[in-house]
Amino acid sequence: MSRAFLGHIATLVSGLIFGFGLAWSTMIRPESILAFLRFQDLGLLLVLGSAVGLNLLVFQLLPRLTRHPAFASAYQQRPFTLDRPALAGGVLFGLGWGICGICPGPALAGLGAGNGDMLIALAAIFAGAGLHGLWAGRQGQ
Amino acid sequence: MILSFFPNGLERYVIGGLLIGAGVALLFATTGRQGGVSTFFSSSWSWLLRTPFFQQASLRDSRQWRLVYALGLLLGGSLYVLAGQPVEPSHLPLWKLVLGGLLIGFGARLGGGCTSGHGICGMASLSGGSLLMVITFLSTAIVTAWALYGLGVAP
Repeated sequence: MSRAFLGHIATLVSGLIFGFGLAWSTMIRPESILAFLRFQDLGLLLVLGSAVGLNLLVFQLLPRLTRHPAFASAYQQRPFTLDRPALAGGVLFGLGWGICGICPGPALAGLGAGNGDMLIALAAIFAGAGLHGLWAGRQGQ
Repeated sequence: MILSFFPNGLERYVIGGLLIGAGVALLFATTGRQGGVSTFFSSSWSWLLRTPFFQQASLRDSRQWRLVYALGLLLGGSLYVLAGQPVEPSHLPLWKLVLGGLLIGFGARLGGGCTSGHGICGMASLSGGSLLMVITFLSTAIVTAWALYGLGVAP
């Protein structure tokens, strides 16, 4: 089996575990997120804390302990530079998150768990990302 | 005292968070990729739209694995239900789904990531920029949720 094929299988399983965890932690319910934002249940902090804590170890140690990932040639960095537009994006994202309590990952896992509302949310997220691309393309010209 | 802020206990959140982290860790260990979710919503447009923005290499070259990853997330939710685990019902008014979704899609892409990209991968990479982004969207979301509650349109 080729490395690319094994990589796709690993990617599918990674998403599966991620989605299962989102459902287990109740983050697929917008009501859970909104309860956190109104300080009624701070569970989200524990979810984020344990996910970050685990990956702090993995992201910092793995590239030092192994020469390359199992099915690829190099560990990748996140391409991100903080600037004004990015901060504006953060504010817009926060507005949307505060209105509906949905983020991209939980929307996908929530749909998988049978919440039909997420179909509408996902369509709107796709539309928002499409509008961003058309807008950004125009800015670049 | 502190436990009054966790009416549903701690265990479900810690175990769920570790599972989420395990998924992101597995992706990194096997493919070297950082598993943010929101780029999927741009990279998928590259199958349909021929504009230079959507045809840029970073979107075209990642659209395949991002689609597989998104499919995995979806199936993860299904697996949870198939395993007989409890799901409480959820329902939001249509306007919140549409307006919230549009802002999330546009904002996450303009901001270079969402809760998984900046929140998990960025912070685990010790990126100061990502930490600032998380503080930005978290504080905006808290203010927004309280404002809507104050206006009587929550939840």
